[in-house]
Amino acid sequence: MTPPVSRGFRGRRTDESLSRRVPPGQYVTPDFPVLSAGPTPHQPVGSWSFEIRGELDEPRSWTWEQFNALPSERITVDIHCVTKWSKLDTSWRGVSLDTLLDNVVTRAEHVLAFCDGGYTTNLPLDDLRDGKAWIVHEYEGEPLEPEHGGPARLFVPHLYFWKSAKWVRGIELREDDTPGFWESYGYHNYGDPWKEQRYTGD
Amino acid sequence: MIALDANAIAGDLIEVLGVDLAAEICACAHCGASGFFAEAVVYTRAPGRVARCRNCGEVLAVLVTIRGITCVDLLGIAEP
Amino acid sequence: MERTAVHRRLTWQFARVVEGVTETARTKSIALDAADWPGHLAGQHVDVRLTADDGYQAQRSYSIASAPEDEHLVITVQRLDDGEVSPYLTETLVPGDELELRGPIGGYFVWQEALGGPVLLIAGGAGVVPLRAILRHHRAIASEVPVRLLYSARTRADLIYRAELEDYDTVITLTDEHPEEWNGRTGRIEPNLLAETAWAPAERPLVYVCGPTGFVEAVADALVTFGHSPDRIRTERFGPT
Repeated sequence: MTPPVSRGFRGRRTDESLSRRVPPGQYVTPDFPVLSAGPTPHQPVGSWSFEIRGELDEPRSWTWEQFNALPSERITVDIHCVTKWSKLDTSWRGVSLDTLLDNVVTRAEHVLAFCDGGYTTNLPLDDLRDGKAWIVHEYEGEPLEPEHGGPARLFVPHLYFWKSAKWVRGIELREDDTPGFWESYGYHNYGDPWKEQRYTGD
Repeated sequence: MIALDANAIAGDLIEVLGVDLAAEICACAHCGASGFFAEAVVYTRAPGRVARCRNCGEVLAVLVTIRGITCVDLLGIAEP
Repeated sequence: MERTAVHRRLTWQFARVVEGVTETARTKSIALDAADWPGHLAGQHVDVRLTADDGYQAQRSYSIASAPEDEHLVITVQRLDDGEVSPYLTETLVPGDELELRGPIGGYFVWQEALGGPVLLIAGGAGVVPLRAILRHHRAIASEVPVRLLYSARTRADLIYRAELEDYDTVITLTDEHPEEWNGRTGRIEPNLLAETAWAPAERPLVYVCGPTGFVEAVADALVTFGHSPDRIRTERFGPT
């Protein structure tokens, strides 16, 4: 039974003019909220690496230098957090997963991303391909700050932002799907904001 | 990321567990440090709330509220 | 081994707003009448829940500012500029409105006479709220346990309950202002200030520290550096949730 309404309380609402760009249940924020399940890791780039491991022909990894030598691109896109805020026209620079996965031979259909601090999230491998995902290291033209996931984070803007794992250190290719941190607590396994897939069963 | 402590989640813990866990002394399953659960480092700004050991940083507990139901996972609290 | 007592169920109930009192430019005390209120201990808090007409809900915790002996249940709310709930509570809510809350919550950050003393209360900004409840309770029961408040605020204008606190043994320190005619201190709370205003560690005071996370951690460190035992220190961190 819903409690009676608090007279005059509106919560956060989006301007009508923006509502077509915004998935159901979201509000637009000019801020960039910092959400985290733990303290901000401070990984020096000197000891940073990104790995692709698991079900593939040969594991691959890149040092920070090697990673920065790869072709990168600028992406401007809206992002949507499951805690209901959306931020429009955010601008990033990163290396496409298509570049990192180039020539990878695998039977795997699933991916588990892993990060400094222990965070994990799972996705279908298909959702990392064909221009849908990047490892980003710049936000708004500046090096990505640690509180927003720097040195680098996974960036998969077509899904809720908990899938864009901060402080990413690699992806594990898997034949079987295994839920990541929030997924194992009931957040949706896939997380399409346009279908409002916030929780298991949505 | 500024964290709070488990005073911030005391109400939900009472509601789910029937016990004022924040007022209890607990030990960390990872490092063994013990103290009032109220003093755990709690991250509240996330899809769920995560309580970590003040000594070693490992996860003591996770709280997730989905469709009005709060679940508590005391994964990191040591057996007495 | 002793079993932990199972807590009485916490249920949400509606309280009627009786009165709103502006304390400072940013803070307001809200006096409430809750029909089913079971009473509380000084230091405890309540959870407040707001429901919008589309069913959206927001929940926050607020320390109880009143003593158990006071006529009404009072919370003191600090308005956060980008807050979702605090602007509603401090600017929209009026006497006669209903406010949903549950409580009282918290057996950890409480003081009762049986716990003894001496009692050192250390407040940073809005952290003074639950400590004021402890002071009011202490006075209401005419306790002879020594108690002192050390209160850090940015400026005089930010002091909550300023007039009332003059009735207690209070030391105020301002961090952003150096008034010309001022009986109190200036600067942050550091071991030097503790040396002058706090009981010596040998007297094993019960210390309650409340305020923003950075403040609490700096003060707790200073207390331990000064020689106080961590097991005599209770902390409550405030911040946006």
